Amino acid sequence: MRRPAWLPARVTPDPDVPVDGDTVNALMARLDAAAQTRLGRSLALRHIDAGSCGGCEREMRALSGPLYQLERFGLRFVESPRHADVLVVTGPMTRNMRLALEQAWDATPDPKWVVALGDCAVDGGVFKGSYAVLGGTGNAVPIDLTIAGCPPSPARILAGLRALLEANAP
Amino acid sequence: MTPPTIATILAASQAEPCRPWPRHRLPHTAWRALIDALRHEPHRLLALWADTIEVHALLLHDPGLGVVAVSTAIEVGAYPALSAVRPAAEPFERMIRDLWGHHAADAPDERPWLDHGQWPVTLPLSPRPGSAPIEPDPPSFPTAEGDHATRLPIGPVAGLITDAAHLRLTLSGTAIRSAEAHLGYAHKGTLALMRGKSPRAAARFIARLSGDATVAHSLAFARASEAALETEAPPRAQALRLLLAEWERMSVHLGHFADLGALAGAAGLHRIAEGARENLARAAEAAFGHRLLMDVVVPGGVSHDIAPDGQVVLRAALTAFVETLPPLAAALEHPPLASRLSGLAPVPLALANRLGAGGVVGRGSGRAFDARALDEAHGGIEWEAETQRQGDETARNLVRLREIAASIGIIDRLSGFLPDGPVAVTLPAGSGEGIGCAEGPHGDIWHWLRLDHGHIAAAFPRDPAWALWPLAEHVMAGAAVEDVALIRCSLGLTVSGMDL
Repeated sequence: MRRPAWLPARVTPDPDVPVDGDTVNALMARLDAAAQTRLGRSLALRHIDAGSCGGCEREMRALSGPLYQLERFGLRFVESPRHADVLVVTGPMTRNMRLALEQAWDATPDPKWVVALGDCAVDGGVFKGSYAVLGGTGNAVPIDLTIAGCPPSPARILAGLRALLEANAP
Repeated sequence: MTPPTIATILAASQAEPCRPWPRHRLPHTAWRALIDALRHEPHRLLALWADTIEVHALLLHDPGLGVVAVSTAIEVGAYPALSAVRPAAEPFERMIRDLWGHHAADAPDERPWLDHGQWPVTLPLSPRPGSAPIEPDPPSFPTAEGDHATRLPIGPVAGLITDAAHLRLTLSGTAIRSAEAHLGYAHKGTLALMRGKSPRAAARFIARLSGDATVAHSLAFARASEAALETEAPPRAQALRLLLAEWERMSVHLGHFADLGALAGAAGLHRIAEGARENLARAAEAAFGHRLLMDVVVPGGVSHDIAPDGQVVLRAALTAFVETLPPLAAALEHPPLASRLSGLAPVPLALANRLGAGGVVGRGSGRAFDARALDEAHGGIEWEAETQRQGDETARNLVRLREIAASIGIIDRLSGFLPDGPVAVTLPAGSGEGIGCAEGPHGDIWHWLRLDHGHIAAAFPRDPAWALWPLAEHVMAGAAVEDVALIRCSLGLTVSGMDL
């Protein structure tokens, strides 16, 4: 039978990643409490590409897909650093992007957090030692959380962002 | 006397052993004759790059699939510019100036491209790199022409989740009068990192050149390395590589549909495409250990065999995926979205030809070239390039949909008949020069490298973005300013592969 266009794609749950209903519900309850206590609102994320190959971005975009639905956790991507609570930085921190990242960081209102997403953003990854990279987000702005992986899977990114929320809950 | 043709110029030149296509060394007089001949002959410029003593150009003659590699020596720091006859050469010439310091004589544009004045060195690939300038140069742009023009700078931090690029738009009202891109923000010094490494060690950088084409770049690089050393990957590795390349093509096309749905507010399309892509990524991880298939294709073969139950996993994922194709096609034809996409980012055939734009963009405009046609290993598989003529986003989406269907067919046949045997050979530590190509999801990818006793002496990867960004500048002129993000998505513009 032909599937109507409005039905979501059939997705097979990954046995290794616990995304069953109970876990998701428990996660949502914990997230809700943590975010509400700390901020009383959702967390706004601003992505900044500091020389990424595009792999981390690809996995980050999957977060807004039907399986992860980032927004139901109160996390969402915003257009401007001025609207952001969290800067999510990818790439090995190229020297050509340092100024732009510093300006974005200055423009982000306090309290703010910086997440270094992917092996490159953590310490430069394979590009460490090149004349054109600083080797990690931490060499340009202070970082609060690292999410390793090349690229990290969407489930891992989600877990990392959750950890950030919980760590900052009083 | 009739001016010499490219064929006669090449016949009179000295050919260097470069496999599978010899590299012709031309003196400056012959190089100038080549530039004159290019005014009349249809060869597309694929790539222009350099080493410490020469500049190299790779040309393609579409109908005969003739690949021509030519070089000319640097004399007094300069070489005759190609950009007068091939506008696609312009960003290459600016890149060569920034990395090696070779000057393109008579080039119309000499502004820096990759070097934003932030590196601790200048001319990082020249034999004697200089120390950095004291004052960093901000990117310079020509001043707005005419009255009532507004300048709108966008990026490098712009859009929700996009690459780092700077666009400078000149507007009249909400219409874009002209657009200019400035890239280089993602420059990671990949070429310098590769120098002196073995092809196997350098493959890690190539796999991270562009996340959207990690398999295709790795494949073209592996083919170039194998050609240089006159070795061949074992049959099982060749079959697995084709399978991996098609898997990547399907995933990236689906990713495109998902992005398009998100940008154009078509939630149904976004949901269907992103869900299907996620399933493909999970199957890839189960079969090959990596969701995006990074580092699987390596010089000499593939890094590891498919998982024991991998073929079953892939087939199950494909069976589920086939079911989502009709709703995917229906979502693309859904009226509000379809009318938004019809006529979006039109690419005339002449423009695609002039800039040598291939991939979905070229084939959506009627340029049939597909690098898989050059691939002999595809000989056993029936396969035909999909072309459309309209050149707009609707045409490109049709090409993408049909390529997905074709990929399913290819993978289906390959996974049923994988040859037995080893999946890799050890590359000898030899010397030689090679060229390799592969059709990536956004277009044809070319790699050239020269090996010296097993180590890379010089290399250059050509990402499709080299043709697509200049093309985007033309396409954006005349478009509405609110369409810029959609046009970026529609043409598949990425920066990392081009920023090196």
